[in-house]
Parts: sequence; structure tokens; C-alpha cells
Amino acid sequence: MNQKILLTSKEIATILHRLACQLIEKHLDFSNTILIGIQPRGTFLAERLKQLLEADYQVKNVSLGYLDITFFRDDFRRTQKPLEANQTKIDFLVEGKKVIFIDDVLYTGRSIRSALTAIQSFGRPAEIELLVLIDRRFSRHLPIQPDYRGRQVDAINNQKVIVSWQKNDQEDAVYLVTN
Amino acid sequence: MKELSVNHLLGIKYITKHDIDLIFETADQFKEVINRPIKKVPSLRDVTIANIFFENSTRTKLSFELAQKRLSADVISFSAAQSSVKKGETLVDTVNNILAMKVDMVVMRHSYPGAAYFLSQNIKASIVNAGDGAHEHPTQALLDSYSIREKLGDVGGKKVVIVGDILHSRVALSNIYALQMQGAEVKVCGPKTLISKYIESLGVKVEPNLRKALEWCDVANMLRVQNERMDINYFPSTREYAQQYGVDKALLDSLSKEIVIMHPGPINRGVEITSDVADSSQSIILEQVENGVAIRMAVIYLLASKIKQG
Repeated sequence: MNQKILLTSKEIATILHRLACQLIEKHLDFSNTILIGIQPRGTFLAERLKQLLEADYQVKNVSLGYLDITFFRDDFRRTQKPLEANQTKIDFLVEGKKVIFIDDVLYTGRSIRSALTAIQSFGRPAEIELLVLIDRRFSRHLPIQPDYRGRQVDAINNQKVIVSWQKNDQEDAVYLVTN
Repeated sequence: MKELSVNHLLGIKYITKHDIDLIFETADQFKEVINRPIKKVPSLRDVTIANIFFENSTRTKLSFELAQKRLSADVISFSAAQSSVKKGETLVDTVNNILAMKVDMVVMRHSYPGAAYFLSQNIKASIVNAGDGAHEHPTQALLDSYSIREKLGDVGGKKVVIVGDILHSRVALSNIYALQMQGAEVKVCGPKTLISKYIESLGVKVEPNLRKALEWCDVANMLRVQNERMDINYFPSTREYAQQYGVDKALLDSLSKEIVIMHPGPINRGVEITSDVADSSQSIILEQVENGVAIRMAVIYLLASKIKQG
């Protein structure tokens, strides 16, 4: 197994600030905007962005929810993907709101497709945007592209992009792993 | 990947503690789903389920149907009363005919103990036992334990008394297996004629006195007297039964602690429990019904994932 570092903790910090600024540019005071972290790994990024927006950019009361897509996947009974669901926690209606999906890695786009279906259970959002830390180029199965991206990477299919977070994995870093 | 150790849910006897934990964790998420404005997920779009009820049922049948529809499965329901079973067709023939219509899963209630097991040995489909005679009713036991877990935090270490017609009750047997597997202590209470002779071999103590049983327990699961299964008189009169084994508000209030009252339904109000007990804040009867849908969604979802595609 060969492991290469794509982003260091310092680079991630810079990227998070840039993403926060881009979000403010578009959404101003976030009064009609909701951040939705895609379970399981998108939630760490969503929490960090909320923290940053509130602490460093004085945006008050950023709404944050978690969306689990397990029951909305299109590969049920087709792969060995986990059946175990994670918590969905959306304590507000998304009707008429601007929703920003947040995930760590955008790969085939299938998770986001599932999330687009799943969010409908909570109402009809005014618009939906997508923010990802890593955008894997040339690997999409569906016509889905991010509105905000941290870093674009080229990786071939047997390579894996692994995002570590301080809160969960003791460090902020992104690795490219080749088997 | 976590998955169930079985391909059918025939009874609690056939599954493990690990399976119960997985079902509960999955049910937690489905409970959140059924409280959403739109209470439906598309997981089982390409799965067809037949509900075959050879015995009457309201709650269980509705609960299963609702669970299946919330998962987007295609559902066909069938009651033996209006079927060719009356014309002399055998169980395997009936079910095989239904399977020939490309059904992936069968939910069955039957009056013969072991009917679900028999079916699982003879046909190619995933079987869920929705009650087989006086044998098992696994989804009821799961939702009972799940409701206890929700109300008291944990099932392990709790004291549960099952009161009433133990002899004819599949709910009692499945509950005993499930509760013991999770580390709860179980006693049964009822007239001697309605308690199985060898019940103690299951590690269950018999407490003939209702007051003592209630003083001991954290949870009382009140069962209905199953008159339809009784071919002889097991007690002198319903009035006498209600006096000795019925719980009323006065009895409940006179206990030294607040216990939880459960009932699998249907309730005979005024016999095993009075109306003011059934409707009191200590009763979790309606929570049991709500949890029933979440538990059945979890069971069907987890079993369906094991049906091979194509």
C-alpha cells in the first residue's frame, strides 16, 4: 500500500477559510440558508465550517443538519456496502430554504444523487448547492458537479482518497492511497 | 459489514443478541423516518412481499403492511378466509403458487406451531414469522424489548413479569427468549392452569401472587386471555380472573414504585387491565404500536438485503 499526502493540515485550514468566504459571498448572513452534512464523513467538514463561520466571521446562528442516505442508496442488494444507517438530524423544515450539501469527497456522484432524493422528505428547498473538500475529476457516473470545491484531484479507480479530521482521526490531512 | 446471522426471522430462538442489537440500531433510524413529514424511503423498490394470514389479525397485519409500504416494497395481502385454502389446498401449494408470481419475501401467520419453520425448509423465499400458533411471535417480542429500552434506557438488568395466559401465548415465549438474551430477569404470573408445566426449564420463575409479582418488577407485560384457543375451562369465570389477575388503578397506585405497563393488544378492557390503567401515563401500549412499525421496517430491510439480486 502506497500513501501520498495530498493536503496538509495547514493547507486544509487555508481551504476552509476560502470556502467560508465563498459561502459568505453568496449567502451573506445565512438567514435563509441551511448547511447539511452528508453522513457519515461529511458531518465533520460541515461542523468545522459552521464553527469557522461563527467564530471567525461573526455569522450568527448557522443552521446545521445531518442527512443519512443509507435508505436512499441505489445499490441496495447490489454491493457489500454498509446497511448500517447513521443518524439523520434535521430539526427544521427545508421548505423554501437554500440548502448546501457538504461532503468530504465527491467521486461517482451517487451519494449526492441519493441525498437529493432524501432531502425531499423534509420539504422542497428553494435551491440546493454542493460543497466538497475533494473533487475527484473524471470519475463521475452522474451529471453532478460541486458549486464549491476545496481541491480537485486526479485519481484512478483503484486509488482511494482518505480525509482525516482532527476531531475523529487526530489530524487534519488528506491522503491518496494506492493499493 | 454488519448483517443478520439468519435469512429468515422464524423466532427469537434462532437469532443472536448481535442480531437484536442490529435490529434495534436500524429501528432507531426508521423511527426517525416515520416521524418525518414524508415518511417513506425507496430502499425496497424492487422487492415484492406477500402477507399471508391464516389467522385473524388487525394490528400485526396493518403494522407489517405499513412497514412494507414505508420501505416502498410492493405488497400483496391475503387472508385465508377468502382463499382456496378452504377448498383443501396445502400450505406449501398455496405459498408456491404465490411465489410463482415472483414474490421475494413471505410474512406469515398460521395457527400451527412450526408453520413458518416448515415453510422456510420447503420454499425459496425469505420468511418472517408473524405468529405461529402458541409458539413464537418474534416481531412482537422485539418491539416489546425495544419499547422497554426506549422507556428505561436498557433491557439488561431489568425485571419483567409476564401476566396472564402464558400457556396459549406465543408473545410470552418469544418475550422470554428475547428478554433473557438481553440480560433481563423474567417471571410469569397467572392461574396455575394457564402456566405451562415446564416453564421453569426456561429459567423463568413462577409467581402466583399478582401483587408480589408487581412489587418485584420494573415492567409488567399484561397478556390477553386467549379464549379462542381454549377448548376447556381453565378458570371458573372471567370475573374471578379479573379479580385475581387483573390490574386496576388502585392496585397500581398502592405499589411502592412506578412500574411500566405493557400490553401486546388486543386489550380486553376490564379483564386483564382496566381502562384507567390502559390509558394511564405508566402504560406504553400505544408506543408499542408505533415502535412496531419501526421494528418491522428494520427486520424487513435487513432480511431483504440478504435476498440475492437477479
